[in-house]
Amino acid sequence: MTPSIYQVIHRQEEFAGTFTLRLQVQRKNRTNPPMRFNPGQFNMLYAFGTGESAISFSGLACGRELEGEGSILIHTIRAQGNVTRALECLREGDTLGVRGPFGQGWPLQKAKGKELLIIAGGLGLAPLRPVIYAALEGRLAANKVRLFYGARHPSELLYREELESWAKQIEQEISVDHGDGTWPGHIGVITDPLQAARIDGANTVAFLCGPEIMMRFCIQALLRKGVPASAISLSMERNMKCATGLCGHCQWGPNFICKDGPVFCYEDIRPWLQIRSL
Amino acid sequence: MKTIADLLHEHPFFHGLEECDLQFLASCGENCVYHDGDYLAQENNPANHFFLIRSGRVTVETFVPNRGALCLLTLHGGDIFGWSWLFPPYISAFDARAQGDVRSLRLGGECLRNKCEEDPKLGFELMKRFAKIATERLQSARIQLLDIYGSPSAQSHAT
Repeated sequence: MTPSIYQVIHRQEEFAGTFTLRLQVQRKNRTNPPMRFNPGQFNMLYAFGTGESAISFSGLACGRELEGEGSILIHTIRAQGNVTRALECLREGDTLGVRGPFGQGWPLQKAKGKELLIIAGGLGLAPLRPVIYAALEGRLAANKVRLFYGARHPSELLYREELESWAKQIEQEISVDHGDGTWPGHIGVITDPLQAARIDGANTVAFLCGPEIMMRFCIQALLRKGVPASAISLSMERNMKCATGLCGHCQWGPNFICKDGPVFCYEDIRPWLQIRSL
Repeated sequence: MKTIADLLHEHPFFHGLEECDLQFLASCGENCVYHDGDYLAQENNPANHFFLIRSGRVTVETFVPNRGALCLLTLHGGDIFGWSWLFPPYISAFDARAQGDVRSLRLGGECLRNKCEEDPKLGFELMKRFAKIATERLQSARIQLLDIYGSPSAQSHAT
């Protein structure tokens, strides 16, 4: 699969080392159909001369911005390896290669008639933002949506302005590990407000994305509250290369994260989460 | 008007406890309101009370020279604060400070200890409840120490 050439049309620094790129397909390729994706899927972003990195969509899912402009893709990235550091250096007008979309996204249909808990940690909010957009636009048939979001520090919260506007429509519990007197919210780990929340387990579905250890503890809290394993979905992280299930880099038990995931149903992958060597 | 026993009954810490036990414990309790900045407890001071937070926000803090008060965690309605009254030397290990108005029930530590000695079955039940919360707080503190959001694994699939 050959990468398409995209141009950075907007770059926003979320906080030190974490940034959001808005990408538009180059004019000569705009006759191609716009890229359609589902929340939870990812693209391979190619920094020329350095390599590719798998980055989840964090923008509109099948959004309205596509009309007339070709595909506009939004990706939030943390610079932590060679490729993502090269992507960090891109500025408006610079180009990069894009392959995708890949993988299985969030099972939005499971939220129908249920309460949806969106549980994000750190950068894990990025792959869940399209789900929040879907909820705000009424594209989810969920009875209610609640967001639990944990971050290290108030200055490291993603999409701060949006969080404030979402609060009008979505109940939020935002928790930081370290805060000062100016932070009005919860200080402590995100599992605390989750454990304190009143949850009707049988009528709840949960989407989780964040550090694996955070997800493990959140899953324990959800199970204690009676949320069935089949109603819990999580996005897994492993290094990916081909993104099409051929190279085996991201093999995890019988699954390839790039092809069978990155979003999995907890019930299906529970045995593999317990195996430390995987 | 609600009695102390009614208020104990409403707090999650006492859910499921027998009515007679709540009545037995109620004589240790009093209803308190704290305003913004008021201390519920202070580090190195006698730990005379066990607090049941009914509403509002309480920060658990420790003072670090040259840095001021560092907040370790926040507590909210339905949470409890303080178990230093359980063990000698009955000294608070941290500050607990109200952020805005806080409504709480506080139970006298010595009174509670005496009741637990008097009724060991009830005492054991309360100890189990304290132990559960202490374990959860310990687990949370351990996760906090891991600084998980700062680790590379927080990135979604990044290379």
